[in-house]
Amino acid sequence: MTKNTALFENKIVADRDSGFANMSRRKFLNYAGASTGLVLLAACSKNDNNGVDLGSGDTGILNYAYALEQLEAAFYIQVAKTFYTGITEDEKALLTDIRDHEVAHREFFKAALGGSAIQALEVDFSSINFADRTSVLGTAKAFEDLGVSAYNGAGPLFQSAAFLTLAGKIVSVEARHAALIRDRISNGSFVAADVVDMTTGLEKSRTPAQVLSIAGTYIKTQINASNLPS
Amino acid sequence: MNLQNIIKEIETVDPEFHERVSPRREAIKSLTGFGKKIALGALPLAMGSLFTKAYGQTQPTAINDILNFALTLEYLEAEFYTRGVTAHGTLLAGTPAIGALTTIRNDETNHVTFLKSVLGAAAVAKPNFDFTAKGTFPDPFLPTNYAVFLALAQAFEDTGVRAYKGQAPFLMSNKTVLGAALNIHSVEARHASHIRQMRKANGDTTLKPWITGNSRGSIPAAAQAVYNGEELETQANVKISGMVVDGITISTAAATEAFDEPLSYTDALNIAKLFLA
Repeated sequence: MTKNTALFENKIVADRDSGFANMSRRKFLNYAGASTGLVLLAACSKNDNNGVDLGSGDTGILNYAYALEQLEAAFYIQVAKTFYTGITEDEKALLTDIRDHEVAHREFFKAALGGSAIQALEVDFSSINFADRTSVLGTAKAFEDLGVSAYNGAGPLFQSAAFLTLAGKIVSVEARHAALIRDRISNGSFVAADVVDMTTGLEKSRTPAQVLSIAGTYIKTQINASNLPS
Repeated sequence: MNLQNIIKEIETVDPEFHERVSPRREAIKSLTGFGKKIALGALPLAMGSLFTKAYGQTQPTAINDILNFALTLEYLEAEFYTRGVTAHGTLLAGTPAIGALTTIRNDETNHVTFLKSVLGAAAVAKPNFDFTAKGTFPDPFLPTNYAVFLALAQAFEDTGVRAYKGQAPFLMSNKTVLGAALNIHSVEARHASHIRQMRKANGDTTLKPWITGNSRGSIPAAAQAVYNGEELETQANVKISGMVVDGITISTAAATEAFDEPLSYTDALNIAKLFLA
């Protein structure tokens, strides 16, 4: 635990010095206190009878994001290995781009979490027909929309402004993916009533419990989110 | 609408309002004097200038100030799409394009209504906009300039995404407001993705739904500020470009596309200011 925490702290300290070069030092220090306090909450993940423990505090939320990115990356890696029948060069390029983005997200969380990262999750894609465009794009849509709603719901749970910003950097890319995939299924459906409240124009976010209940169909490994902040 | 009453209302919400206008007495006096000499119809313009002056200098910390900043960006987008749907409606009649632009217009208008409802009496007035940025861009509402309209739409959406992202850390004291801002942020990103697809279909064949490096693509150089800083290859000290995993090498392009970067308050406001009349 001590070693993991120290590793985690090193990441944050390093981040303060280099990762936010476009932010003035004074501005950063205004909320650096929150980051520092957060380090103490870093928890070791473990796999017990209740499944893989995401952990608590900001570490727990980062592991939650890491779990979802693992799912997305595994999906698109398979998509790009066995592209669906009749795929165009255009869609090959787009889906390969998305695969690389999701792998980058996954590897980022793994590296940033260091010793606090949860294990590699086992996925279950038996319900997906990777040879069929409708099945692949339908699943992609479900995963992307789920990811956006998950990040939006988790954002306010962060204690650290730096982590909130990092999640923000990723969620808008997931939203770009979601809009593209939806448009490829039905042009013009990039925002629709199932994902956006048509009165306020706000996206509909989901709590971790709601997200994991949906994601559970595709993840074999049991996940314990009971220590996440709410 | 009485200008003095509006200023009084703002003071009750934001006691530091006067202090933000520098120097305090001169600004209020000159604004009041100015108001006497000009036609009443020109007042919204004066108000716009006042608010730019009041809120345009440094990152605000008060929640309402940040929401008013967001409202200003939403006013800009809502008016842009409202005028665009009217201006290009005939040309685009019966196409998916006009359907999409109408959808986005509705979202932006809803964002304005939502933010105004949250702010109540503290909401800033809508400034007057000049979407040519004082002649920098061709008039996006001329039927022959549909491509210009789409280019500006992309710039506004990408700016919106970056601006909301940049403000999120300053909204952490109010989780409800932060949650709402995040839920607008992702909708702007969905818009950005769709507008980029529209531009691709309209002839910009290499354009992607995401931002590669700090490339503005075929948008005029005056919009480069929208993309500066998007080229980061390292996140929180983790080098993303060059990663090799599962037989996949993350290219520099993919590394920059995978993360959208925030825009500071000042940088976002400076972009918006270009379009204030």
